[in-house]
Amino acid sequence: MPLVEVRHLVKEFPRRRRLLRPVPGVRAVDDVSFTIEEGETFGLVGETGSGKTTTGRCLLRLIEPTSGEVRFRGEDVLKASPARLRELRRDMQIVFQDPYSSLNPRMRVGAIVEEPLAIHGLGTRAERRRRVDELFGLVGLDPAHRDRYPHQFSGGQRQRIGLARALALNPSFVIADEPVSALDVSIQAQVVNLLLDLQRRLQLSYLFIAHDLRLVRHICSRVAVMYFGRIVELAPTAALFEAPQHPYTRALLSAIPVPDPDARPSRLVLDPSAFDRAAPLREVRPGHWAAVGE
Amino acid sequence: MTEPPAAGGRRLRDVVGGPMAVAGLVVVVLAAVAALFAPWLSPYDPSAQDLALRLAGPGWQHPFGLDELGRDILSRVLAGARISFLVGVVVVSVSSVVGSVLGALAGYFGGWFDELVSRLIDILLAFPGLLLAIALVAVLGPSLMHVLFALSIIGWVGYARLVRGQVLRAREIEFVQAARALGAGTPRILFRHVLPTALPAVVVQATLGMAGAIISEAALSFLGLGVQPPTPSWGTMLNAGIAHLLDAPHLTIFPGLAIALLVLGFNFLGDGLRDAADPKSVQA
Repeated sequence: MPLVEVRHLVKEFPRRRRLLRPVPGVRAVDDVSFTIEEGETFGLVGETGSGKTTTGRCLLRLIEPTSGEVRFRGEDVLKASPARLRELRRDMQIVFQDPYSSLNPRMRVGAIVEEPLAIHGLGTRAERRRRVDELFGLVGLDPAHRDRYPHQFSGGQRQRIGLARALALNPSFVIADEPVSALDVSIQAQVVNLLLDLQRRLQLSYLFIAHDLRLVRHICSRVAVMYFGRIVELAPTAALFEAPQHPYTRALLSAIPVPDPDARPSRLVLDPSAFDRAAPLREVRPGHWAAVGE
Repeated sequence: MTEPPAAGGRRLRDVVGGPMAVAGLVVVVLAAVAALFAPWLSPYDPSAQDLALRLAGPGWQHPFGLDELGRDILSRVLAGARISFLVGVVVVSVSSVVGSVLGALAGYFGGWFDELVSRLIDILLAFPGLLLAIALVAVLGPSLMHVLFALSIIGWVGYARLVRGQVLRAREIEFVQAARALGAGTPRILFRHVLPTALPAVVVQATLGMAGAIISEAALSFLGLGVQPPTPSWGTMLNAGIAHLLDAPHLTIFPGLAIALLVLGFNFLGDGLRDAADPKSVQA
Protein backbone atom coordinates (compact mmCIF):
# COMPACT_ATOMS: atom_id res chain seq x y z
CA MET A 1 0.00 0.00 0.00
CA PRO A 2 1.41 3.44 -0.90
CA LEU A 3 1.98 5.81 2.01
CA VAL A 4 0.00 8.59 0.34
CA GLU A 5 -2.56 8.10 -2.37
CA VAL A 6 -4.21 11.06 -4.07
CA ARG A 7 -7.17 10.35 -6.32
CA HIS A 8 -9.06 12.77 -8.55
CA LEU A 9 -8.20 15.73 -6.32
CA VAL A 10 -10.01 18.92 -7.32
CA LYS A 11 -9.80 22.37 -5.81
CA GLU A 12 -12.02 25.02 -7.27
CA PHE A 13 -11.73 28.58 -6.03
CA PRO A 14 -14.94 30.55 -6.41
CA ARG A 15 -14.68 33.69 -8.44
CA ARG A 16 -16.48 36.79 -7.32
CA ARG A 17 -20.17 36.33 -7.82
CA ARG A 18 -21.76 38.56 -10.37
CA LEU A 19 -25.26 39.72 -9.74
CA LEU A 20 -27.71 37.00 -10.83
CA ARG A 21 -25.04 35.37 -12.95
CA PRO A 22 -23.04 32.50 -11.53
CA VAL A 23 -19.45 32.53 -12.74
CA PRO A 24 -17.63 29.20 -12.90
CA GLY A 25 -14.78 28.92 -10.39
CA VAL A 26 -11.10 28.60 -11.15
CA ARG A 27 -9.86 25.03 -11.04
CA ALA A 28 -6.48 25.43 -9.36
CA VAL A 29 -6.19 21.66 -9.01
CA ASP A 30 -7.98 19.70 -11.69
CA ASP A 31 -8.36 15.94 -11.27
CA VAL A 32 -4.92 15.23 -9.87
CA SER A 33 -3.94 11.67 -8.95
CA PHE A 34 -0.62 10.24 -7.76
CA THR A 35 0.85 8.01 -5.10
CA ILE A 36 3.87 8.33 -2.84
CA GLU A 37 5.60 5.23 -1.59
CA GLU A 38 7.14 4.80 1.85
CA GLY A 39 10.63 6.35 1.93
CA GLU A 40 10.21 7.96 -1.47
CA THR A 41 10.85 11.54 -2.54
CA PHE A 42 8.15 12.46 -4.98
CA GLY A 43 8.70 15.65 -6.96
CA LEU A 44 5.94 17.99 -8.02
CA VAL A 45 7.08 20.61 -10.50
CA GLY A 46 5.44 23.33 -12.49
CA GLU A 47 5.46 27.04 -13.00
CA THR A 48 3.94 29.60 -10.66
CA GLY A 49 0.19 29.17 -10.60
CA SER A 50 0.26 25.60 -11.86
CA GLY A 51 -1.44 24.40 -8.67
CA LYS A 52 1.47 22.56 -7.11
CA THR A 53 1.38 24.46 -3.82
CA THR A 54 -2.41 24.22 -3.65
CA THR A 55 -2.13 20.46 -4.16
CA GLY A 56 0.30 20.22 -1.26
CA ARG A 57 -1.92 22.28 1.04
CA CYS A 58 -4.93 20.18 0.08
CA LEU A 59 -3.16 17.02 1.21
CA LEU A 60 -2.88 18.51 4.72
CA ARG A 61 -6.31 20.16 4.47
CA LEU A 62 -4.78 23.57 5.02
CA ILE A 63 -6.96 24.25 2.02
CA GLU A 64 -10.14 22.18 1.83
CA PRO A 65 -10.28 20.39 -1.52
CA THR A 66 -13.50 20.59 -3.50
CA SER A 67 -13.57 16.88 -4.20
CA GLY A 68 -11.38 13.83 -4.50
CA GLU A 69 -9.64 11.52 -2.11
CA VAL A 70 -6.41 11.77 -0.13
CA ARG A 71 -5.49 8.51 1.56
CA PHE A 72 -2.73 8.33 4.13
CA ARG A 73 -1.87 4.73 4.99
CA GLY A 74 -5.22 3.84 3.48
CA GLU A 75 -7.24 6.29 5.58
CA ASP A 76 -9.17 9.04 3.83
CA VAL A 77 -7.77 12.28 5.24
CA LEU A 78 -10.55 14.36 3.74
CA LYS A 79 -13.18 12.46 5.73
CA ALA A 80 -11.29 12.62 9.03
CA SER A 81 -13.06 14.24 11.98
CA PRO A 82 -11.39 17.35 13.46
CA ALA A 83 -10.01 15.24 16.33
CA ARG A 84 -8.70 12.56 13.98
CA LEU A 85 -7.23 15.22 11.70
CA ARG A 86 -5.25 16.58 14.65
CA GLU A 87 -3.77 13.14 15.21
CA LEU A 88 -3.07 12.67 11.51
CA ARG A 89 -1.20 15.95 11.44
CA ARG A 90 1.36 14.52 13.84
CA ASP A 91 2.31 12.22 10.97
CA MET A 92 2.05 14.64 8.05
CA GLN A 93 4.01 17.86 8.18
CA ILE A 94 5.00 20.75 5.96
CA VAL A 95 8.03 22.96 5.47
CA PHE A 96 7.26 26.27 3.85
CA GLN A 97 8.95 28.19 1.10
CA ASP A 98 9.52 31.50 2.79
CA PRO A 99 11.83 31.24 5.79
CA TYR A 100 10.77 34.72 6.85
CA SER A 101 6.99 34.53 6.98
CA SER A 102 6.91 30.92 8.17
CA LEU A 103 8.25 31.76 11.64
CA ASN A 104 6.29 33.98 14.03
CA PRO A 105 8.57 37.01 14.51
CA ARG A 106 7.30 37.53 18.06
CA MET A 107 8.22 34.10 19.37
CA ARG A 108 11.61 32.82 20.46
CA VAL A 109 12.86 30.07 18.19
CA GLY A 110 12.89 27.61 21.09
CA ALA A 111 9.20 28.28 21.65
CA ILE A 112 8.53 27.91 17.91
CA VAL A 113 10.12 24.46 17.82
CA GLU A 114 8.42 23.52 21.09
CA GLU A 115 4.96 24.62 19.97
CA PRO A 116 3.98 21.35 18.26
CA LEU A 117 4.82 19.48 21.48
CA ALA A 118 2.78 21.96 23.49
CA ILE A 119 -0.18 21.73 21.11
CA HIS A 120 -0.30 17.97 21.47
CA GLY A 121 0.46 18.07 25.18
CA LEU A 122 3.51 15.86 24.85
CA GLY A 123 5.98 15.51 27.71
CA THR A 124 6.72 17.61 30.74
CA ARG A 125 8.37 21.00 30.47
CA ALA A 126 11.82 19.49 31.03
CA GLU A 127 11.22 16.69 28.53
CA ARG A 128 10.06 19.16 25.92
CA ARG A 129 13.15 21.27 26.52
CA ARG A 130 15.35 18.26 25.98
CA ARG A 131 13.45 17.37 22.83
CA VAL A 132 13.90 20.91 21.49
CA ASP A 133 17.65 20.70 22.15
CA GLU A 134 17.71 17.37 20.37
CA LEU A 135 15.81 18.82 17.38
CA PHE A 136 18.17 21.80 17.20
CA GLY A 137 21.07 19.37 17.05
CA LEU A 138 19.30 17.26 14.43
CA VAL A 139 19.01 20.17 12.00
CA GLY A 140 22.47 21.52 12.76
CA LEU A 141 21.63 24.47 15.01
CA ASP A 142 23.19 25.36 18.32
CA PRO A 143 20.66 24.68 21.13
CA ALA A 144 22.19 27.61 23.00
CA HIS A 145 20.46 29.90 20.48
CA ARG A 146 16.96 28.79 21.53
CA ASP A 147 16.19 32.11 23.23
CA ARG A 148 16.87 34.19 20.16
CA TYR A 149 14.25 35.57 17.81
CA PRO A 150 13.85 34.50 14.17
CA HIS A 151 15.19 37.76 12.78
CA GLN A 152 18.53 37.03 14.40
CA PHE A 153 19.07 34.10 12.05
CA SER A 154 19.96 33.85 8.37
CA GLY A 155 17.54 32.46 5.78
CA GLY A 156 19.20 29.06 5.78
CA GLN A 157 19.15 28.88 9.57
CA ARG A 158 15.51 29.89 9.64
CA GLN A 159 14.69 27.12 7.22
CA ARG A 160 16.42 24.72 9.61
CA ILE A 161 14.22 26.05 12.41
CA GLY A 162 11.13 25.45 10.27
CA LEU A 163 12.37 21.95 9.60
CA ALA A 164 12.97 21.30 13.31
CA ARG A 165 9.40 22.42 14.00
CA ALA A 166 8.06 20.10 11.31
CA LEU A 167 10.05 17.17 12.68
CA ALA A 168 9.13 17.74 16.34
CA LEU A 169 6.20 15.34 16.21
CA ASN A 170 8.15 12.60 14.43
CA PRO A 171 6.18 12.66 11.19
CA SER A 172 6.66 10.00 8.54
CA PHE A 173 5.59 12.25 5.67
CA VAL A 174 6.80 15.80 5.04
CA ILE A 175 5.64 18.16 2.32
CA ALA A 176 8.54 20.39 1.35
CA ASP A 177 6.96 23.33 -0.46
CA GLU A 178 9.84 24.90 -2.37
CA PRO A 179 11.97 24.67 0.76
CA VAL A 180 15.08 26.18 -0.77
CA SER A 181 13.87 28.43 -3.58
CA ALA A 182 14.01 31.50 -1.30
CA LEU A 183 17.59 30.78 -0.29
CA ASP A 184 20.94 31.75 -1.80
CA VAL A 185 22.26 29.14 -4.18
CA SER A 186 25.24 28.57 -1.91
CA ILE A 187 22.90 27.72 0.97
CA GLN A 188 20.48 25.63 -1.09
CA ALA A 189 22.82 22.66 -1.30
CA GLN A 190 23.31 22.63 2.48
CA VAL A 191 19.59 22.54 3.16
CA VAL A 192 18.92 19.96 0.45
CA ASN A 193 21.66 17.74 1.84
CA LEU A 194 20.16 18.14 5.30
CA LEU A 195 16.78 17.06 3.94
CA LEU A 196 18.34 13.97 2.34
CA ASP A 197 20.33 13.16 5.47
CA LEU A 198 17.23 13.44 7.64
CA GLN A 199 15.30 11.28 5.23
CA ARG A 200 17.82 8.47 5.69
CA ARG A 201 18.01 8.83 9.44
CA LEU A 202 14.30 9.23 10.13
CA GLN A 203 12.82 7.17 7.27
CA LEU A 204 10.90 10.15 5.93
CA SER A 205 8.86 10.31 2.77
CA TYR A 206 8.81 13.66 0.97
CA LEU A 207 6.51 15.42 -1.38
CA PHE A 208 9.02 17.84 -2.84
CA ILE A 209 7.38 20.81 -4.53
CA ALA A 210 9.75 22.80 -6.72
CA HIS A 211 10.19 24.75 -9.88
CA ASP A 212 13.91 24.10 -10.08
CA LEU A 213 14.31 20.99 -12.19
CA ARG A 214 17.98 20.51 -11.37
CA LEU A 215 17.08 20.08 -7.71
CA VAL A 216 14.31 17.66 -8.54
CA ARG A 217 16.65 15.59 -10.69
CA HIS A 218 19.10 15.41 -7.82
CA ILE A 219 16.76 14.24 -5.09
CA CYS A 220 13.49 12.82 -6.42
CA SER A 221 12.78 9.25 -7.41
CA ARG A 222 9.65 10.12 -9.36
CA VAL A 223 8.38 13.42 -10.69
CA ALA A 224 5.00 14.78 -11.71
CA VAL A 225 4.80 17.85 -13.93
CA MET A 226 1.84 20.13 -13.39
CA TYR A 227 0.45 22.58 -15.92
CA PHE A 228 -2.69 24.65 -15.31
CA GLY A 229 -3.84 22.48 -12.44
CA ARG A 230 -3.36 19.14 -14.19
CA ILE A 231 -0.59 16.59 -14.13
CA VAL A 232 0.65 16.41 -17.72
CA GLU A 233 3.44 13.93 -17.13
CA LEU A 234 4.45 11.58 -14.33
CA ALA A 235 7.50 9.35 -14.54
CA PRO A 236 10.58 8.05 -12.77
CA THR A 237 13.06 10.93 -12.67
CA ALA A 238 15.58 9.41 -15.08
CA ALA A 239 12.89 8.57 -17.65
CA LEU A 240 11.40 12.03 -17.43
CA PHE A 241 14.71 13.76 -18.00
CA GLU A 242 15.86 11.40 -20.76
CA ALA A 243 12.66 10.94 -22.68
CA PRO A 244 10.15 13.68 -21.87
CA GLN A 245 6.87 12.99 -23.65
CA HIS A 246 4.75 16.08 -23.14
CA PRO A 247 5.52 19.33 -25.01
CA TYR A 248 5.30 21.26 -21.77
CA THR A 249 7.83 19.01 -20.05
CA ARG A 250 10.16 19.39 -23.02
CA ALA A 251 9.90 23.15 -22.92
CA LEU A 252 10.49 23.11 -19.16
CA LEU A 253 13.59 20.91 -19.50
CA SER A 254 15.01 23.06 -22.27
CA ALA A 255 14.89 26.04 -19.92
CA ILE A 256 17.43 24.52 -17.52
CA PRO A 257 20.56 26.66 -17.84
CA VAL A 258 23.66 24.83 -18.97
CA PRO A 259 26.83 25.81 -17.09
CA ASP A 260 28.86 26.19 -20.26
CA PRO A 261 29.47 29.66 -21.72
CA ASP A 262 29.94 28.25 -25.21
CA ALA A 263 26.75 26.19 -25.23
CA ARG A 264 24.14 27.58 -27.59
CA PRO A 265 20.90 28.21 -25.73
CA SER A 266 18.33 25.91 -27.20
CA ARG A 267 15.18 26.88 -25.37
CA LEU A 268 11.95 25.60 -26.73
CA VAL A 269 9.10 28.03 -26.68
CA LEU A 270 5.87 26.37 -25.68
CA ASP A 271 3.05 26.66 -28.17
CA PRO A 272 -0.07 26.03 -26.08
CA SER A 273 -2.16 25.45 -29.19
CA ALA A 274 0.06 22.58 -30.29
CA PHE A 275 -1.36 20.13 -27.77
CA ASP A 276 -4.64 19.17 -26.20
CA ARG A 277 -4.81 20.49 -22.65
CA ALA A 278 -7.66 18.14 -21.82
CA ALA A 279 -5.89 14.99 -23.02
CA PRO A 280 -6.00 12.24 -20.37
CA LEU A 281 -2.86 10.68 -18.91
CA ARG A 282 -1.79 7.60 -20.80
CA GLU A 283 0.91 5.10 -19.80
CA VAL A 284 3.41 5.46 -22.63
CA ARG A 285 5.86 3.08 -20.99
CA PRO A 286 5.57 1.13 -17.75
CA GLY A 287 5.44 3.77 -14.98
CA HIS A 288 5.72 6.68 -17.40
CA TRP A 289 2.47 8.56 -17.85
CA ALA A 290 1.89 11.52 -20.11
CA ALA A 291 -1.10 13.51 -21.25
CA VAL A 292 -0.42 13.06 -24.93
CA GLY A 293 -2.60 11.62 -27.69
CA GLU A 294 -1.98 8.26 -29.33
CA MET B 1 25.05 55.75 10.03
CA THR B 2 23.20 53.55 12.47
CA GLU B 3 24.71 53.44 15.92
CA PRO B 4 25.24 50.10 17.58
CA PRO B 5 22.40 49.38 20.02
CA ALA B 6 23.19 50.28 23.59
CA ALA B 7 23.93 47.36 25.86
CA GLY B 8 20.99 48.15 28.12
CA GLY B 9 18.48 47.74 25.31
CA ARG B 10 16.79 50.24 23.03
CA ARG B 11 16.57 53.90 23.71
CA LEU B 12 13.22 55.49 24.37
CA ARG B 13 13.42 57.29 21.04
CA ASP B 14 13.68 53.97 19.18
CA VAL B 15 10.69 52.52 21.01
CA VAL B 16 8.27 55.37 20.42
CA GLY B 17 9.82 56.43 17.12
CA GLY B 18 11.59 59.78 16.93
CA PRO B 19 11.96 63.04 18.85
CA MET B 20 8.46 64.33 18.01
CA ALA B 21 6.98 61.20 19.50
CA VAL B 22 9.08 61.62 22.64
CA ALA B 23 7.77 65.19 22.92
CA GLY B 24 4.26 63.81 22.51
CA LEU B 25 4.89 61.20 25.17
CA VAL B 26 6.19 63.85 27.58
CA VAL B 27 3.09 66.03 27.07
CA VAL B 28 0.77 63.05 27.51
CA VAL B 29 2.53 61.81 30.64
CA LEU B 30 2.59 65.30 32.20
CA ALA B 31 -1.10 65.79 31.43
CA ALA B 32 -1.94 62.36 32.81
CA VAL B 33 -0.08 63.09 36.06
CA ALA B 34 -1.80 66.48 36.27
CA ALA B 35 -5.20 64.88 35.75
CA LEU B 36 -4.52 62.09 38.25
CA PHE B 37 -3.31 64.45 40.99
CA ALA B 38 -5.52 67.42 40.09
CA PRO B 39 -7.17 67.67 43.53
CA TRP B 40 -3.75 67.99 45.17
CA LEU B 41 -2.11 70.13 42.50
CA SER B 42 -4.93 72.66 42.15
CA PRO B 43 -4.20 75.90 43.98
CA TYR B 44 -7.95 76.49 44.51
CA ASP B 45 -11.24 74.64 44.59
CA PRO B 46 -12.33 74.64 40.91
CA SER B 47 -15.85 75.64 41.97
CA ALA B 48 -14.94 78.30 44.54
CA GLN B 49 -15.96 81.77 43.44
CA ASP B 50 -14.29 85.08 44.11
CA LEU B 51 -16.84 87.39 42.56
CA ALA B 52 -14.81 90.50 43.31
CA LEU B 53 -12.13 89.26 40.89
CA ARG B 54 -14.46 88.16 38.07
CA LEU B 55 -12.65 87.98 34.68
CA ALA B 56 -9.36 89.07 36.28
CA GLY B 57 -6.43 88.32 34.00
CA PRO B 58 -3.46 86.08 34.75
CA GLY B 59 -1.34 87.15 37.71
CA TRP B 60 0.76 85.80 40.55
CA GLN B 61 -2.21 84.66 42.62
CA HIS B 62 -4.08 83.14 39.68
CA PRO B 63 -1.58 82.17 36.94
CA PHE B 64 -4.35 81.58 34.33
CA GLY B 65 -6.68 84.26 35.68
CA LEU B 66 -10.30 83.94 36.78
CA ASP B 67 -13.43 83.23 34.80
CA GLU B 68 -16.76 85.03 34.53
CA LEU B 69 -17.88 83.65 37.91
CA GLY B 70 -14.57 84.35 39.62
CA ARG B 71 -13.30 80.76 39.56
CA ASP B 72 -9.58 79.95 39.20
CA ILE B 73 -8.97 78.88 35.59
CA LEU B 74 -5.81 76.89 36.35
CA SER B 75 -7.74 74.77 38.83
CA ARG B 76 -10.54 74.32 36.33
CA VAL B 77 -8.16 73.33 33.51
CA LEU B 78 -6.65 70.73 35.82
CA ALA B 79 -10.09 69.43 36.75
CA GLY B 80 -11.07 69.45 33.08
CA ALA B 81 -8.08 67.24 32.31
CA ARG B 82 -9.69 64.56 34.47
CA ILE B 83 -12.84 64.65 32.32
CA SER B 84 -10.81 64.55 29.11
CA PHE B 85 -8.75 61.56 30.24
CA LEU B 86 -11.81 59.81 31.63
CA VAL B 87 -13.60 60.16 28.29
CA GLY B 88 -10.49 59.18 26.34
CA VAL B 89 -9.70 56.10 28.42
CA VAL B 90 -13.27 54.83 28.66
CA VAL B 91 -14.14 55.42 25.00
CA VAL B 92 -10.87 53.96 23.71
CA SER B 93 -11.04 50.93 26.04
CA VAL B 94 -14.64 50.09 25.20
CA SER B 95 -14.37 50.70 21.49
CA SER B 96 -10.99 49.01 21.03
CA VAL B 97 -12.04 45.86 22.88
CA VAL B 98 -15.46 45.62 21.24
CA GLY B 99 -14.08 46.57 17.83
CA SER B 100 -11.09 44.22 18.01
CA VAL B 101 -13.16 41.23 19.08
CA LEU B 102 -15.83 41.78 16.42
CA GLY B 103 -13.23 42.51 13.76
CA ALA B 104 -11.13 39.47 14.66
CA LEU B 105 -14.10 37.11 14.62
CA ALA B 106 -15.39 38.57 11.35
CA GLY B 107 -11.99 38.31 9.71
CA TYR B 108 -11.15 34.85 10.98
CA PHE B 109 -14.44 33.08 10.41
CA GLY B 110 -15.84 35.06 7.48
CA GLY B 111 -19.28 33.96 6.30
CA TRP B 112 -22.53 35.55 7.44
CA PHE B 113 -20.99 37.01 10.60
CA ASP B 114 -18.40 38.83 8.53
CA GLU B 115 -21.14 40.10 6.20
CA LEU B 116 -23.14 41.38 9.16
CA VAL B 117 -20.21 43.15 10.84
CA SER B 118 -18.89 44.55 7.57
CA ARG B 119 -22.26 46.00 6.56
CA LEU B 120 -22.69 47.51 10.02
CA ILE B 121 -19.25 49.10 9.64
CA ASP B 122 -20.20 50.45 6.20
CA ILE B 123 -23.41 51.95 7.58
CA LEU B 124 -21.71 53.60 10.55
CA LEU B 125 -18.88 54.91 8.39
CA ALA B 126 -21.42 56.51 6.09
CA PHE B 127 -22.30 58.95 8.90
CA PRO B 128 -19.96 61.77 9.84
CA GLY B 129 -18.92 60.50 13.27
CA LEU B 130 -19.32 63.67 15.27
CA LEU B 131 -22.70 64.40 13.70
CA LEU B 132 -23.94 60.96 14.70
CA ALA B 133 -22.66 61.53 18.23
CA ILE B 134 -24.44 64.89 18.37
CA ALA B 135 -27.67 63.28 17.16
CA LEU B 136 -27.38 60.44 19.68
CA VAL B 137 -26.69 62.76 22.61
CA ALA B 138 -29.43 65.12 21.49
CA VAL B 139 -31.90 62.23 21.56
CA LEU B 140 -30.65 60.68 24.80
CA GLY B 141 -30.15 63.98 26.58
CA PRO B 142 -26.88 65.70 27.49
CA SER B 143 -24.77 63.91 30.10
CA LEU B 144 -21.28 62.47 30.48
CA MET B 145 -22.60 58.88 30.30
CA HIS B 146 -24.35 59.57 27.01
CA VAL B 147 -21.21 61.16 25.60
CA LEU B 148 -19.23 58.04 26.51
CA PHE B 149 -21.91 55.87 24.92
CA ALA B 150 -22.18 57.89 21.72
CA LEU B 151 -18.43 58.14 21.20
CA SER B 152 -18.01 54.39 21.77
CA ILE B 153 -20.78 53.64 19.26
CA ILE B 154 -18.90 55.53 16.56
CA GLY B 155 -15.47 54.50 17.91
CA TRP B 156 -15.51 50.71 17.65
CA VAL B 157 -15.94 50.79 13.89
CA GLY B 158 -12.38 51.92 13.23
CA TYR B 159 -10.90 49.15 15.35
CA ALA B 160 -13.18 46.52 13.85
CA ARG B 161 -12.22 47.46 10.32
CA LEU B 162 -8.54 47.63 11.20
CA VAL B 163 -8.42 44.31 13.05
CA ARG B 164 -10.55 42.54 10.46
CA GLY B 165 -8.09 43.53 7.77
CA GLN B 166 -5.09 42.54 9.88
CA VAL B 167 -6.65 39.18 10.67
CA LEU B 168 -7.52 38.51 7.05
CA ARG B 169 -3.90 39.18 6.19
CA ALA B 170 -2.50 37.25 9.14
CA ARG B 171 -4.66 34.21 8.42
CA GLU B 172 -2.73 33.58 5.23
CA ILE B 173 0.74 34.16 6.69
CA GLU B 174 2.72 30.96 6.60
CA PHE B 175 3.43 30.77 10.33
CA VAL B 176 -0.32 30.74 10.93
CA GLN B 177 -0.67 28.02 8.32
CA ALA B 178 2.16 26.18 10.06
CA ALA B 179 0.32 26.33 13.38
CA ARG B 180 -2.75 24.88 11.70
CA ALA B 181 -0.66 22.17 10.10
CA LEU B 182 0.66 21.30 13.55
CA GLY B 183 -2.88 20.78 14.78
CA ALA B 184 -3.31 23.99 16.78
CA GLY B 185 -6.91 24.88 17.68
CA THR B 186 -8.68 28.11 16.79
CA PRO B 187 -8.16 29.85 20.18
CA ARG B 188 -4.43 29.16 20.09
CA ILE B 189 -4.11 30.35 16.51
CA LEU B 190 -6.14 33.49 17.21
CA PHE B 191 -4.51 34.50 20.48
CA ARG B 192 -0.97 33.25 19.92
CA HIS B 193 -0.41 34.01 16.29
CA VAL B 194 -3.09 36.17 14.71
CA LEU B 195 -3.98 38.82 17.29
CA PRO B 196 -0.39 39.62 18.36
CA THR B 197 0.23 40.43 14.71
CA ALA B 198 -2.62 42.94 14.81
CA LEU B 199 -1.78 44.38 18.23
CA PRO B 200 0.75 47.06 17.22
CA ALA B 201 -1.75 48.52 14.77
CA VAL B 202 -4.43 48.56 17.49
CA VAL B 203 -2.09 50.35 19.91
CA VAL B 204 -1.39 53.00 17.28
CA GLN B 205 -5.09 53.38 16.55
CA ALA B 206 -5.87 53.60 20.28
CA THR B 207 -3.33 56.37 20.79
CA LEU B 208 -4.75 58.39 17.93
CA GLY B 209 -8.21 57.45 19.20
CA MET B 210 -7.45 59.14 22.54
CA ALA B 211 -6.90 62.38 20.64
CA GLY B 212 -10.13 61.88 18.72
CA ALA B 213 -12.18 61.11 21.83
CA ILE B 214 -10.80 64.11 23.71
CA ILE B 215 -11.53 66.51 20.90
CA SER B 216 -15.01 65.04 20.36
CA GLU B 217 -15.86 65.37 24.04
CA ALA B 218 -14.68 68.98 23.94
CA ALA B 219 -16.83 69.60 20.89
CA LEU B 220 -19.92 68.02 22.45
CA SER B 221 -19.40 69.89 25.71
CA PHE B 222 -18.82 73.10 23.79
CA LEU B 223 -22.21 72.61 22.17
CA GLY B 224 -23.72 72.05 25.59
CA LEU B 225 -24.37 68.38 24.88
CA GLY B 226 -21.69 66.95 27.09
CA VAL B 227 -20.59 67.55 30.61
CA GLN B 228 -22.97 69.95 32.34
CA PRO B 229 -21.89 72.96 34.38
CA PRO B 230 -20.65 73.45 36.99
CA THR B 231 -18.45 70.38 36.34
CA PRO B 232 -15.43 71.83 34.56
CA SER B 233 -14.70 70.45 31.11
CA TRP B 234 -12.48 72.10 28.52
CA GLY B 235 -15.37 72.23 26.09
CA THR B 236 -17.79 73.94 28.49
CA MET B 237 -15.06 76.38 29.52
CA LEU B 238 -14.57 77.37 25.87
CA ASN B 239 -18.30 77.81 25.51
CA ALA B 240 -18.54 80.05 28.54
CA GLY B 241 -15.51 82.03 27.41
CA ILE B 242 -16.93 82.96 24.02
CA ALA B 243 -19.00 85.76 25.49
CA HIS B 244 -15.79 87.36 26.74
CA LEU B 245 -13.58 86.51 23.78
CA LEU B 246 -12.52 90.12 23.32
CA ASP B 247 -12.49 91.55 26.84
CA ALA B 248 -11.11 88.47 28.66
CA PRO B 249 -9.43 86.16 26.12
CA HIS B 250 -7.72 84.14 28.86
CA LEU B 251 -11.06 82.40 29.47
CA THR B 252 -10.72 80.63 26.11
CA ILE B 253 -6.96 80.69 25.56
CA PHE B 254 -6.04 78.36 28.40
CA PRO B 255 -8.60 75.58 27.92
CA GLY B 256 -8.06 75.91 24.15
CA LEU B 257 -4.32 75.53 24.62
CA ALA B 258 -4.89 72.54 26.87
CA ILE B 259 -7.01 70.79 24.23
CA ALA B 260 -4.57 71.60 21.44
CA LEU B 261 -1.52 70.48 23.42
CA LEU B 262 -2.98 67.20 24.62
CA VAL B 263 -4.45 66.28 21.24
CA LEU B 264 -1.17 67.15 19.52
CA GLY B 265 0.69 65.11 22.12
CA PHE B 266 -1.43 62.03 21.43
CA ASN B 267 -1.15 62.52 17.68
CA PHE B 268 2.65 62.84 17.76
CA LEU B 269 2.88 59.82 20.01
CA GLY B 270 0.54 57.82 17.75
CA ASP B 271 2.47 58.74 14.61
CA GLY B 272 5.73 57.80 16.30
CA LEU B 273 4.33 54.48 17.46
CA ARG B 274 3.10 53.82 13.95
CA ASP B 275 6.63 54.25 12.62
CA ALA B 276 8.05 52.10 15.38
CA ALA B 277 5.40 49.41 14.89
CA ASP B 278 6.87 48.48 11.53
CA PRO B 279 7.24 44.71 11.96
CA LYS B 280 10.80 44.87 10.71
CA SER B 281 11.80 46.78 13.81
CA VAL B 282 10.40 44.21 16.26
CA GLN B 283 13.26 43.66 18.64
CA ALA B 284 14.21 41.29 21.39
